[in-house]
Amino acid sequence: MRFTELAIDDSTGLIFGTAPRPVTSGRGLTVGGGQVYPELNFTLPTMEVNARTYPEIKEIYRNTVDDVLTRAAALHVEGIVVEFETLLEMTLEPAYGIELTEVLVEACERLSARYGMKAEVRLTPNDTRDYERPPRMRNSPYLENMLRLFDEGAKAGATFLSIESTGGKELHDEALVNCDIQGVVFALGVLGVRDMRFLWDHITKIANDRGVIAGGDTACGFANTAMVLAEKQYIPRVFAAVDRAASIPRSLVAYERGARGPDKDCGYEGVFLKAIAGVPISMEGKTAACAHASPVGNVSMAACDLWSNESVQAVHLLGGPAPVVSLEQLAYDVRLLNESIRTRQSLLLRDMLVGSDIPHDPQALILAPDSVIRIARAVVAAGDHLTATLAAVGTALEIIEEAVHDQRLRMDPREEAWVTMIREQLAQIPHNEDLFVEMMQGRIDSGKVLLEEYGL
Amino acid sequence: MSLLTEISEMLQRGKAAEVKNLVQNAIDEGTDPRVILEEGLLHGMGVIGEKFKNNEVYVPEVLIAARAMNAGSEILKPHLADAGVEASGTVILGTVKGDLHDIGKNLVRMMMEGKGLEVIDLGVDVPPEKFLEAALERNADIIACSALLTTTMTEMKNVIETVAGEGQRDRFRIMVGGAPVTESFCKSVGADLYAPDASSAADAAAALCREKRAG
Repeated sequence: MRFTELAIDDSTGLIFGTAPRPVTSGRGLTVGGGQVYPELNFTLPTMEVNARTYPEIKEIYRNTVDDVLTRAAALHVEGIVVEFETLLEMTLEPAYGIELTEVLVEACERLSARYGMKAEVRLTPNDTRDYERPPRMRNSPYLENMLRLFDEGAKAGATFLSIESTGGKELHDEALVNCDIQGVVFALGVLGVRDMRFLWDHITKIANDRGVIAGGDTACGFANTAMVLAEKQYIPRVFAAVDRAASIPRSLVAYERGARGPDKDCGYEGVFLKAIAGVPISMEGKTAACAHASPVGNVSMAACDLWSNESVQAVHLLGGPAPVVSLEQLAYDVRLLNESIRTRQSLLLRDMLVGSDIPHDPQALILAPDSVIRIARAVVAAGDHLTATLAAVGTALEIIEEAVHDQRLRMDPREEAWVTMIREQLAQIPHNEDLFVEMMQGRIDSGKVLLEEYGL
Repeated sequence: MSLLTEISEMLQRGKAAEVKNLVQNAIDEGTDPRVILEEGLLHGMGVIGEKFKNNEVYVPEVLIAARAMNAGSEILKPHLADAGVEASGTVILGTVKGDLHDIGKNLVRMMMEGKGLEVIDLGVDVPPEKFLEAALERNADIIACSALLTTTMTEMKNVIETVAGEGQRDRFRIMVGGAPVTESFCKSVGADLYAPDASSAADAAAALCREKRAG
C-alpha cells in the first residue's frame, strides 16, 4: 500500500474546509483550502433518453445550469462545482455525454465571467461495464466508449473526473442481502481493489494528458446500497456500517494511482481517505435527502470540503426548479460552515454535527472523527489491501461494540446477534489473498463473476 | 408437535436439511402433498414473511428460510405433480429494458415464491417483447416489472403497450414497482397494480392470482 501513515493523525485536524493537500482548478477554485463550497448535481425528470428526446434533454441541462448558477451568484456563492453524472445512454453513446459536458462548461465559463464566481464541472461517467452480466471488467465492449467520454469530456472542459466504479459489485450485491461479510470483503478488498488499480491507471492518464484533475471514486454501488437496505430495515445497520469500513482500502486505490480529489460526494468513506491521503472531499448528508435517505445527515458534514446534494430531479417545486431550490439549501449550509471558520468556532460546530448523529446509528458512529482516525490508522498499518480491509472491518466492529457497551450508541436488540456473527465470519478469512481466493473459489458462481476479468 | 408444525418451524429457522427430512417423513407417512405444502412449507414462509413485514427479521433470515423451503419443495414437487397440484399462480418477473438493478426484484421473487407462486425471473434489462413472450409461453397470470431509474421506469409503459398491441392486455395483469414508481405513475401508464415493497408485491400478486383464477 502506498500510504503507510496518516495525513491527518489527530481527530481535531479532521474538519470541514481544510485538507492537507488542497486542489486548485484552472479558474482558481481551491477545494480544501480553508473554505467549503457547494457541489450541485441534477438529473432529468422522468423521461426517456434517446435521439428523439435528446434536443429537449439538452435544453433542460442548458436552462437548469443557467438557473442554478444565476441563483448561486445571487446568494454570493464564490465557488461551486456542478457535477454531471451521466445516465446510461449518455455513456453508451458518448456524443451525448460530451455535448452535455460542453453545455455545462460553457455555462460555467460564461456565468463565472459575468458574476466573478468560480464554477467548475465534475464529470462522472457511469460505469457501463456493469451493463452486461457477467461483467467483463477489462474486456468489456463498453469500456472504450466510457474512457472516450472521460477523455473527450476532459477535452471539452470538465475540471474534475470521477466515477462510481463497480468492480466486484456482481458479487457484493448477493453478499449484501445475505449479510455475508466474507463475500463483502472478497468483493471490495480483492475484486474491487484489483479493478480500481486497472481503471484508475486509465483515468489518471487521461487526466494528466488533458491537464485536468482526477477526482476520485466512490463505493456508492456497494456501501450506499447497504445504507439504503439498512434504512429499509432489510439488513442490520451494523452490517451497513462494516460494509462502509470495508470500502475504504478499495476507494483509497484511486489516490494510490494518482487521483488528487476532491473525492466524490456519495462516497461517505471519503472522510477516511481525507485522513489517510490528505485529499479534499465532497460529502453529502441532510441536504441530499432529495436523492435518498441516510442516517448520517449531520456527521457527514463534519469534514467536507465540498457539500453536495447528491442529485435532484429537474422538476418544478413551489420554490422554483428543484435544482435551484437544492442549490439554495446547499448555499445556506455552506454559509454556516464558513461563518464558523471565520469566527473560529468551526470545531464547536463540527462536534455538534458529530454529536447529534452518532448515538443513533453505527453508520454515523464510524464517521465520527475519533472513529475515522482509529480506523484509518488500522488501514495504513495493514501493509496490503486485503489485510487493510479486514482491519477496517474489525476496528469498526470494536468501536461499535465499545459504544454499545458504554451506552453511547443505541442499538436495536435484533442487531446485537449480528455483531457476533460478523466477527465469527471475519475470523475465518485468511490474511493472504491467494488463500482467500482459494477459499472463495468454490463459492463463486462462474456464471455471475468472471475472476479472470480481475487478473485472477 | 405435529410433523407439519415441525416442518413450518424448521423452515422458519432456515434448517434446510431438517426440512428436507421432515417432508420426506411426512410423505412416507402418507400425508397429502397439498397439505404438506400448505400447512408445512407455505405456513412457515407465511410466518417468516409476516415477521419480515413487521420488521422483526432481516432479509438474510428470510433468504435462509426460502432456501429451506426450496429444499423441502424439491422433495415434494414430484408428489405434487402426481396429485395434480399446480402453483397458485405464475408470475413473469423482470427489470425493464435499460435497467440493471436487481436487488429489489430478487426480493420480490423470494417473497412471491414464499406465497406459493411460480415465478419466472427474466433477469435485468428485459425488453417488452420478452415479457410478453414468456407470459404467453408460460400461460402466466401476472407480468411484474421493476425499475430503479426515473429514465427507465417509462419502459413499463412500453411493456403494457406491447402486450396490448398483441391483443393480450386482458389476459395478463400487469404489476409495477421500484423506488421511483408510484401509484399515480402506475395509473398513468395503465398498469393494474403498484406495490411499494417486496412483501406487498407478494401479497398483491397472490391475491390477484386467487381473484383471477376464481373467475
